[in-house]
Amino acid sequence: MEATLTLNDFLLISGILFSVGLLGVLIRRNIIVIFMCLELMLSAANLTLVAFSRFDTGNGHPNYHGQVLLFFIITVSAAEVAVGLAVMVALFRSRKTTDVSQINSMKF
Amino acid sequence: MIFLFYLFAAIALAGAIGVVAFKNPVSSAFSLVISFLGLAALFIQLDAYLIGILQILVYAGAIMVLFLFIIMLLDLPAEEKRHFRGATVICSLAFVAGFVALLVTVLKRSGVGERMIPEIATSGGSDSSDIHRIGELLFSQYWFPIEMVGILLLVATVGVVVLSRKELK
Amino acid sequence: MDTNCLAWILLLLPIVVAGAIMLGLKRWPQLSALLATGSALITLVIALTLACPEYRDGSIKSFPWIQLGEGQDAFRVNIGFNLDLLSRGMLLIVTAIGFLVHLFSLEYMKDDNGQSRYFAGLALFMFSMTGIVLADNFVMMFIFWELVGVSSYILIGHWYQKDAAADAAKKAFLTNRVGDVGFMIGILLVWVLTKSIYFHEIEAAVGGVANRHLLDVAVLCIFCGAIGKSAQLPLHVWLPDAMEGPTPVSALIHAATMVAAGVFMLARISVLITASGMAAEVIVWIGAITALFSALIALQQNDIKRILAYSTLSQLGYMIMAQGIDNGGDAGMFNLYTHAFFKALLFLGAGAVILACHHEQDIWKMGGLRRKMPITFYSFFLGTAALIAVPFTSGFWSKEAILDAAHHAGQTGPYWIGLIVALLTPFYMTRLFVVAFLGKSRSGDAKDAVEVKAVMWVPLVILAFMAVFSAYGLIANPLQALGHAELDHFHLNQTSLLSLCGLIVGAGLAFWLYQGKSEEPLNGAFFKLSRNKFYVDEMYAHLIGIIQDDFAALIAFLDRYVLQPVLVRLPAFTSMAVGNLLRRFQVGNLQIYALYMSAAAVLLILFFIF
Repeated sequence: MEATLTLNDFLLISGILFSVGLLGVLIRRNIIVIFMCLELMLSAANLTLVAFSRFDTGNGHPNYHGQVLLFFIITVSAAEVAVGLAVMVALFRSRKTTDVSQINSMKF
Repeated sequence: MIFLFYLFAAIALAGAIGVVAFKNPVSSAFSLVISFLGLAALFIQLDAYLIGILQILVYAGAIMVLFLFIIMLLDLPAEEKRHFRGATVICSLAFVAGFVALLVTVLKRSGVGERMIPEIATSGGSDSSDIHRIGELLFSQYWFPIEMVGILLLVATVGVVVLSRKELK
Repeated sequence: MDTNCLAWILLLLPIVVAGAIMLGLKRWPQLSALLATGSALITLVIALTLACPEYRDGSIKSFPWIQLGEGQDAFRVNIGFNLDLLSRGMLLIVTAIGFLVHLFSLEYMKDDNGQSRYFAGLALFMFSMTGIVLADNFVMMFIFWELVGVSSYILIGHWYQKDAAADAAKKAFLTNRVGDVGFMIGILLVWVLTKSIYFHEIEAAVGGVANRHLLDVAVLCIFCGAIGKSAQLPLHVWLPDAMEGPTPVSALIHAATMVAAGVFMLARISVLITASGMAAEVIVWIGAITALFSALIALQQNDIKRILAYSTLSQLGYMIMAQGIDNGGDAGMFNLYTHAFFKALLFLGAGAVILACHHEQDIWKMGGLRRKMPITFYSFFLGTAALIAVPFTSGFWSKEAILDAAHHAGQTGPYWIGLIVALLTPFYMTRLFVVAFLGKSRSGDAKDAVEVKAVMWVPLVILAFMAVFSAYGLIANPLQALGHAELDHFHLNQTSLLSLCGLIVGAGLAFWLYQGKSEEPLNGAFFKLSRNKFYVDEMYAHLIGIIQDDFAALIAFLDRYVLQPVLVRLPAFTSMAVGNLLRRFQVGNLQIYALYMSAAAVLLILFFIF
């Protein structure tokens, strides 16, 4: 018989995607790309949420409360991206660079 | 079933690695879109149809387009040369690997994920689709968060307009 | 009124007057002066009343002040009075001379700006002195002892705008303080030994004290107080400088009463002194040496008040010496009684002369005052006669008493020293008299001298009368003196012959040397030493300077090398080092911060799972 999917598989995939996103945040220099990796991390977390929502069934239905939460997460992340990019545009206007390592005046 | 899972998981992963690896930010953006597509497929495999469609509509459709607009607006060049600081890379890789290892260990130890996919009662008809049920929940139990999110979007809009103003001399 | 009332009024009236003057009446100096003089008169009357037989045995209510502990063994300090013979006699001296000085000051301080302040100071002094005399326990006496020091400070420094006066007041107070430290230790030791601070209880308990050495030490410590107050040898330096105060103050405080407080205190504890032989010896020798030393200095002084001050020191030496001799205590108090009158007379006379010569104090600028100020002249003459113990004056009888007591007690050293001083005293007093009063006027001021007003010469005359006659029984006994002239027992023994010789030789020599001279004829190394007071003040200043410098150097060293590195630099350094370390984390790089966060997250999970 073919094996069925377990929750572990989804959690593992989600974790790996999250780690890749984290790696990107730590390594890339371009602030826009860093932000994109941030969104990747967020989506990976969304995957976890959906998986748990699906696997937690009460009287034959998935737990839709998790999916409602996801609805809000997606909405809020959209707003966050908008504002974040506006901030980055303002930053670019004053610093003329998107290299993160150049934006380091708040240091000792 | 499983084959589809692995396929879409591979697509999502490939896209993710592409985001980190490409030098050109536009390339990174596109590979992120591909990653989102894979993710959406995974969502749909989990019977979360609304969320999957929302993922494509909002994330891939709106957010990534916004990213691309900004990249074009700022006219960011592709990085000619990678200048990584060795120490940072090693440390980051170490921590990320550690994180994954941790995850695997935790999952193995706690056995939380040993479950199989449960069956869903399919009674058929429109009242059993997930959109229907999510809608019901949203507008009955979660009406307050809906309103708050509406205000949040308004505030975000105003904020973006203010932030994008040129300084008045 | 009964004895209790009278005694309390006697004590408290002057302080009430002093308070009233300082708090309200400063703008009316004449009123303050009259008020103070009136209170002095009242206290004199009360003292005379208390001497009468029907009052003298009345009981006095004492006023409880401190009580530590409960029941039988509680330590109690009461403010109470003691009206025995010693107190009554001393009280009469204090109030009588006090009143006469107040009277004299009415005229002497008439034009002074601080007249109210002066009379308030005098009233404060009367309060403190009567407190010492009436005290029935050590603690009360000590309190009033210190108060007398304060009054002395206030009065010496009356003309405080003059640097010399302010310095002299400070010197007096500080020197007294040094003595008082010893006094306090002595009181504590006596309390430890006899379990009491009340004089009558101490007298009863002294026989049973086992540790005789400690008793000696205790008496010596108490004697330190007398050394300070009565200006005996190591601590004599304040008395000559105290002459910066107004002359009536010198008359009252530094001649007749305050300096005699030391003698009075020793008389009060005479039982203790008799019980400790070693301390008595020390007392005798210090008194004798002081007498000799100050007489030597007096030989060459040129300021009329300083000569009189050193003569006071010398006479005090006699009295202290007498207190140390067996059975000499009464002779010492008798001398105190006679000395008070003639020394006050001499000082007031000097005050009259100074005023008449427009505040001139150098004897070499006076002269020829016999015709111009006859009353002053004759009273001063009688006072001098009493001081140098011309036969049949009061001073003669009291000095004989002391020398006799010394001879009978076998104290040969002090006896001969006393005799030598009995030669020096006539010398310098005759020198003073001849130079200041006889001969021709040596300056314009002296030429213009006129006799002083009645308010000033009446006290002089009264005191002159007392100077001659106070020793005789008729006067002495009602006035509670502790001795009197023994006319019927009088015979020429070795002592009287030798002192008579001393008198004639000393006076004659001085008369021959100084008659008609207009400047000091004696010169030479010894006389120069004497003129400069044997440099004692300079030695003290040098010594204190050395000690102070060393102490300051030690403190500076400690501060710079011990306290500063450890207490100041070390905490500063530590916080800077830690701060430096911690700020290295703020790299400013966004990704490093993200790294910190993820590292922390991983470590936390690790920590929680495992």
